[in-house]
Amino acid sequence: MTFASLGLQIERLEGVAPAWRARVGAAAWRECAEQLAAKGARLAALWACDERDRAGGARVLALYASAEGLLCLDLAVSDPPWVFPDLSDLFPCAGRMQRAAHDLNGVRAVAHSGAAPDARPWLRHAGWPANRHPLARDFDAGAQFAPTGERYAFVPVEGEGVHEIPVGPVHAGIIEPGHFRFSVVGEHVLRLEERLGYTHKGIEKRFEALGLLGGAKLAGRVSGDSTVAYAWAYAMALEGMAGIAPPPRAAWLRALLLERERIANHLGDLGYLGNDGGLAFGLAQFSRLKEDVLRLNERLFGSRYLMDRVIPGGVACDVDAAGADLLHAQGTVLAEELRTMRRIYEDHSGLQDRFIACGRLAPELAARLGVVGLPARASGIAIDARIEPGLAPYDRLEPRIAMLKNGDVAARVDVRFEEAFESLRLVGHILAALREEPAGGTAVELRLPPAGAFGLGWVEGWRGEVFVALEAGPDGSVRRCHPHDPSWQNWPAIEHAIIGNIVPDFPLINKSFNLSYSGQDL
Amino acid sequence: MTSAAGLAAQFAELILAVLLAPMLTGWVNQCRAWLQNRSGPGVLQPYRMLLKLFRKEVVLAHNASPLFRIAPYVIFACLALSAAIVPTLSTDLPLNAAADAIALVGLLALARMFISLAGMDVGTAFGSLGARREMMVGFLAEPALLMVLFTASLISHSTSLATIVGTLAKNEFVIYPSLAFAGVAFTMVSLAENARIPVDNPATHLELTMIHEAMVLEYSGRHLAMIEWAASLKLFVYSCMGLALFVPFGIAEGGDSAGILLALPVLAAKLAVGGALLALIETLSAKMRIFRAPEFLGIAFLVAVLAMLVRVLLES
Repeated sequence: MTFASLGLQIERLEGVAPAWRARVGAAAWRECAEQLAAKGARLAALWACDERDRAGGARVLALYASAEGLLCLDLAVSDPPWVFPDLSDLFPCAGRMQRAAHDLNGVRAVAHSGAAPDARPWLRHAGWPANRHPLARDFDAGAQFAPTGERYAFVPVEGEGVHEIPVGPVHAGIIEPGHFRFSVVGEHVLRLEERLGYTHKGIEKRFEALGLLGGAKLAGRVSGDSTVAYAWAYAMALEGMAGIAPPPRAAWLRALLLERERIANHLGDLGYLGNDGGLAFGLAQFSRLKEDVLRLNERLFGSRYLMDRVIPGGVACDVDAAGADLLHAQGTVLAEELRTMRRIYEDHSGLQDRFIACGRLAPELAARLGVVGLPARASGIAIDARIEPGLAPYDRLEPRIAMLKNGDVAARVDVRFEEAFESLRLVGHILAALREEPAGGTAVELRLPPAGAFGLGWVEGWRGEVFVALEAGPDGSVRRCHPHDPSWQNWPAIEHAIIGNIVPDFPLINKSFNLSYSGQDL
Repeated sequence: MTSAAGLAAQFAELILAVLLAPMLTGWVNQCRAWLQNRSGPGVLQPYRMLLKLFRKEVVLAHNASPLFRIAPYVIFACLALSAAIVPTLSTDLPLNAAADAIALVGLLALARMFISLAGMDVGTAFGSLGARREMMVGFLAEPALLMVLFTASLISHSTSLATIVGTLAKNEFVIYPSLAFAGVAFTMVSLAENARIPVDNPATHLELTMIHEAMVLEYSGRHLAMIEWAASLKLFVYSCMGLALFVPFGIAEGGDSAGILLALPVLAAKLAVGGALLALIETLSAKMRIFRAPEFLGIAFLVAVLAMLVRVLLES
């Protein structure tokens, strides 16, 4: 029992996710982090909440995940200068989350001893002054500020023949914006530094204006390619707080949508990975297959990317017998085509030469960085929220984990193939279960939770585990909503995976992770 | 001694190259699309692209020097002149007396030098990155190309392309093993020189992987149009050079005006087949890691040297 042995007064949170919460002081905050790190728990998310209207000051929340479930530590930061103990020495992924918490809430992580943590802004691109914090309750979301013209201090690399290549945020192709600063000697990369936050659009602030019910729609738009995962995580959190459970049929349908989302995204990625290796044939074929999936989504569920299909209380769609037959038929064809494509990819020496040993993320390093989701499974770390905790209906599906140990681009390609096959298998099982399940209600009436209710959602999206932490205000308002993308954990891993590789291999390595910009810039 | 027919042939060849080169690029792209199960934009797409670019305004970097402005025209002129040297329709070309195969390689090198200088001129990271890679590919490809041309010269005892074509076309029933080696080397060099897969990817949008495209990222409007047109011309010149050396049949002998009329459809057919083969190679290959390019071109050089050795040791 990892959580019970911490000696905290922990409170079980309502809802299907096995989650607990404990209020801690600054000393316990740090001690618990040390113990949890030693026991192999991972830091899943970290965010802050303005409390000046209630107890004063702010709260910082850290979400830990382990085999047992989730533990949310809640630290009150009441006195100026609003500091809390730094966690980035124990959990490297905490660094950027702490910087974001400072930009948005004004709480600053301070190291207890040793190195001072990074104090540069992360999400604040001189778009608002350093002394203003958008998630403060008195901050006007519509306020306009003149750009402050601050410069961001990239870490310089010095030495004979070292030079910098700045890439982005505007790229030659149509992709999301991110800045990458390479320090190179010739073609060899010595260091890569990422600068993200260009798609910061104030999603967390917007939740507070929309309220609990309106927020469901916004949750599905945090990262458009993971709309089912986010909508489900949000619904899970809200249903837990409201004390309702969706009908069993809705749970099956949610899993169906989630697996369809995973299949579509993996197909798209596999195509682009071939294309980035110079094999445009792969992109053409996989684009066709993905398009088939999207068109059937549109036909059966009314949305190509399944947006707004998962709603709090259930789902907004159903599958009849004819639809199930279509899904089944598509699954059979897709599995066959996927097998052919896999054979072509694996037999193509030129492509394998690009994939193998490229962008290697060693298992030890991946564990140290706290990498999650698909890249973790390609680096020998068995994390999959569909298996552990295996919330309904996955407890009855027994998904098989796709895990490899090489951690290179080839491994991430292979994990995608394996997971696509596994998702197709799961869809078959889900369709069979849906046939058994009596048709009828796919959603229950939602009750508004009381003010102060707190809920967590935990869903394995196609990139990795997606969390939504939701706290209710009075009369159906949102006090604080923090959607957390696995990209927070995985972006720093790319900085390590590229070291020792050559500059022209970066796009391929980046694509093999395919992380969300929008989901982490919020 | 320059005949009127020779002048006409020379002029026709130049005009033909400049006008038809974009169509060859369009044809290769169309074949690639078909091979990837796409419908493709049609062979006229490069012309539409050029028209669009000529109509657009030119955006220049503040620190662009005059070299940046004149480079597109110099490059285009180099490639157009190269196209005039390679016999495509007739071997009776007045310019051939002035420039032989070595001059041709020099002209191509001059164009490369200008595009690399222009790439570095504005001082962006990508321009220098592309120029650096281009010079690496170029200095490895040039010796191999020269070796191929020397092999052909040894057969015909001349470095003049018209004489080489004339000699090879006449000896129809002689099989030269050396030319088979040279053909392989020439194909490899052509892929590298024309920024094709597996060395470079002309269709990529990934700025970090680019070679040719990285150098021209800063160009826009008519300047970019000239560079795109010159790139099409380069593909045309290399294709015609390959056809002249390895399948020289159907090119009109000196002064044969009826032959020129016949040479045109023959050339079109040969280019169509060559373009389709190029598309096939590109579709079947992935792009190499950039540090495989020296190995690739090293092999091309080795094969070209083998061709010459075969010629010297076995065929003479």
